[in-house]
Amino acid sequence: MNANTLSLPAGPDLPDIWLPAVRGQLAAGENLLGWLELDLDAELRFAHGLIALTDRRLLSWGEAGGAARAWPLSAALELRHHDHAGVVNLELCDASQRLAQWRYTLNVNAQALRLLAQWEAQLHLLRHGAPEDSDEDETPCCPSCHNPLPPDQDDCPVCARELHTPPSTWTLLRLWRFARPYRWQLLGGFLLTLASTAATLVPPYLTMPLMDNVLIPFQNGKPIDWPLVSRYLGGLFAAAGLAWVLGWLRTYILALVSERIGRDLRTTTYEHLLKLSQEYFGGKRTGDLMARIGSETDRINVFLSLHLLDFATDVLMIVMTSAILFSINPWLAIVTLAPLPFIAWLIHYVRDKLRTGFEKVDRVWAEVTNVLADTIPGIRVVKAFAQEQREAERFREANRHNLAINDRLNKTWSLFSPTVTLLTEVGLLVVWAFGIWQISKGDITVGVLTAFLAYISRFYTRLDSMSRIVSVTQKAASGAKRIFDILDHVSSVPEPAKPVHLPQISGRIELRDVGFRYGNRAVSRGVSLDIQPGEMIGLVGHSGSGKSTLVNLICRFYDVSEGSIRVDGVDIRSLPVAEYRRNIGLVLQEPFLFFGTIAENIAYGKPDASREEIIAAARAAHAHEFILRLPHGYDSLVGERGQALSGGERQRISIARALLINPRILILDEATSSVDSTTEKEIQKALDNLVKGRTTIAIAHRLSTLRKADRLVVLDRGRVVEEGSHDALMARQGAYWQLYQAQARQAEADRAEAAAEWGVAP
Amino acid sequence: MHLDYTLTRNAFGQLELRRGDAVYPGVTAVRAFPIGAPEHGLSLVSPDGHELAWIHHLSELPAEMRALIEAELAGREFMPTIRRICSVSSFATPSTWEVDTDRGPTRFVLKGEDDIRRMAAPVLLISDSHGIHYLIRNPAELDKASRKLLDRFL
Repeated sequence: MNANTLSLPAGPDLPDIWLPAVRGQLAAGENLLGWLELDLDAELRFAHGLIALTDRRLLSWGEAGGAARAWPLSAALELRHHDHAGVVNLELCDASQRLAQWRYTLNVNAQALRLLAQWEAQLHLLRHGAPEDSDEDETPCCPSCHNPLPPDQDDCPVCARELHTPPSTWTLLRLWRFARPYRWQLLGGFLLTLASTAATLVPPYLTMPLMDNVLIPFQNGKPIDWPLVSRYLGGLFAAAGLAWVLGWLRTYILALVSERIGRDLRTTTYEHLLKLSQEYFGGKRTGDLMARIGSETDRINVFLSLHLLDFATDVLMIVMTSAILFSINPWLAIVTLAPLPFIAWLIHYVRDKLRTGFEKVDRVWAEVTNVLADTIPGIRVVKAFAQEQREAERFREANRHNLAINDRLNKTWSLFSPTVTLLTEVGLLVVWAFGIWQISKGDITVGVLTAFLAYISRFYTRLDSMSRIVSVTQKAASGAKRIFDILDHVSSVPEPAKPVHLPQISGRIELRDVGFRYGNRAVSRGVSLDIQPGEMIGLVGHSGSGKSTLVNLICRFYDVSEGSIRVDGVDIRSLPVAEYRRNIGLVLQEPFLFFGTIAENIAYGKPDASREEIIAAARAAHAHEFILRLPHGYDSLVGERGQALSGGERQRISIARALLINPRILILDEATSSVDSTTEKEIQKALDNLVKGRTTIAIAHRLSTLRKADRLVVLDRGRVVEEGSHDALMARQGAYWQLYQAQARQAEADRAEAAAEWGVAP
Repeated sequence: MHLDYTLTRNAFGQLELRRGDAVYPGVTAVRAFPIGAPEHGLSLVSPDGHELAWIHHLSELPAEMRALIEAELAGREFMPTIRRICSVSSFATPSTWEVDTDRGPTRFVLKGEDDIRRMAAPVLLISDSHGIHYLIRNPAELDKASRKLLDRFL
């Protein structure tokens, strides 16, 4: 690398194939500032190209050996980029026309964003003659998870690992972190395994003297030596008894340990999950997360307690058996063990075939249940449109597919266990033949052959179960990976290192130049707002104007990308998250009731609230009376499978919930949008009680519900465009006035339409 | 068919629609059924998302306007069709696929099996980790090795 011309301020090195081209273009003293390797050409075909920025020019190459195009930097130039369906369109324009156009996929977006930042800095220098004063030294963050990026890296290690690494069996070793506390029990379990396996190997060994010293001599005319027989039989029984006790102890201890490891894994994962930011949950499906914590931990558990244990026992048994066989007669041992690898390979091969088949069956099964999951919740629609026949047909089709796959699989599967049996028999046959030949030569006794046969019939049957270990290990490894994906995810709303404690907050909120990016899209920019204690602010704007984002930032569900939010003069990032949120009451558009009684739901934020407090809160929320009308009053069960409540009733319960914690800051996010106007009035009364004396931030689509607000803030595309009281804003005839007019017109049109339909004069 | 508007390309490379005295720069052409019926039903949409004109079929436009729209679509639509699956890094997801497409060879990361979706049979739509969509028009027409690889994910 040429040190004087190709030094990059930050970021990875320029790929080697571009080095000669770039070097050839740079004039003496010209510095390369940044680059972007394109992965598409102008016709949107996959091809390589390069854009490079120097302190004087912007250069571009269509291919590694091709000619360069160059544009000297000037103040009038502008780079515009926008993306659509994963492809970014980058355009270089001056004031009058487009000079060039490039395309790339989001794969190289991180590089592109860095180049754009360098471009902006360079143009700023050109336009104003001084470098941009960066008010804070911002560490680059991952665009998707907002974790800080390590220096010199484009891809966030967390996201990249989650995305690109297939589950590796080594992931299972990371489970050691959870196994460590139980290492002594595990060691004990292992020793017990060793001992119990050894004990199970005694009985076949005893068949040898039983045959040679008792039965064969008897056939040759000697009387049976009863004391000797009873000694051997006693030994057999003792060995069996010992194997039973040891096996029981071992299984018990290891099952206890693995259950505990499973519990630790589940609780640790869940606790970690709860600490993750709202953003993480936004990007994940509930079912997926539930499966990870529920069935994946269980799968790992079963793997540890059952499969791994069995496998270890089997391996021990095979090693011990081989040792015993070799000690008795090496030649017969070789013949006995020789077909073993072949049989093992064959079993593994068939299993592998079966495994892909079974995976297919799983997926087809999911298809069948999908039809059910689709239809049953939508049964009203199905019936209303009289499409029962079609849905039945869909289900029949899914089942037919299921049947076809199963039929194909069963062909192989039904062959499997007879084949294992056949292989075992063939193996036995070989041992029989070689054994008889050896006996005939007088090399071994009948007893030795019997013992060999007893041993190998035991472990041929184990080969089948051993062959399963590969697939169960893979499954457990992928389960472990999915769990560690959660555990490795760092919350993008971190707890402060040096927390500041505010015992009692007054409720003054200041937003200073707040900006927020979601992914690579700027959602809010430069929002500054001062909210006095006890003031009620109404946030107004079209959907997508950044109202909810602002509220999420104030609740610290997300952290700001730029600027800061202060409460009572303290940056909320330096307050402990849970302590800060205790001061916030949140009433959402869709109130969420947990399964439990109404009283428990009202007391959710303050579980130790007295009955009097709960009733007072319910009264203030205008919920007391309807609660009393329910058959079990405050003890009525609500939530999933509970008492059916109307939207307005649920909302009033959630208002009571917010009232009970007596928060200094209150946030109403479209609290009355999903109910009709009569219910809205009821809720409004409840809200008026709630709002009194608290700093309130209300979002409402219907402007009429914000009449009580001290101040309205109008947002558009993530910026504050207007601020003031209703009357002042109406007088200005600006954005608020337009919104208000549009709603009034709409209401008028609705009324007229309704009147016309009912034949009544408006 | 008579059209009440004209389309031109301006100096910024954008489509510009003129209807009477009104001029709308930055018009985009959008297909209504990009997968099912690409030729049928196109909309010309202004930058703020309002429909300016509806075209039933490209053939009803004068040739030069059609060429403009086709060029615009070619630069906007990106849905490579997979011709061959060369290799996959693992059968467990996430898995990196090396594929040959009608737009050249490339590789992408498949996050999960759910990202392979069945459209109207036999079309499969695969979305990669960056949200780029790849199309398999008909899995039965792929070569045997590709079919075998694909089969493990279906």
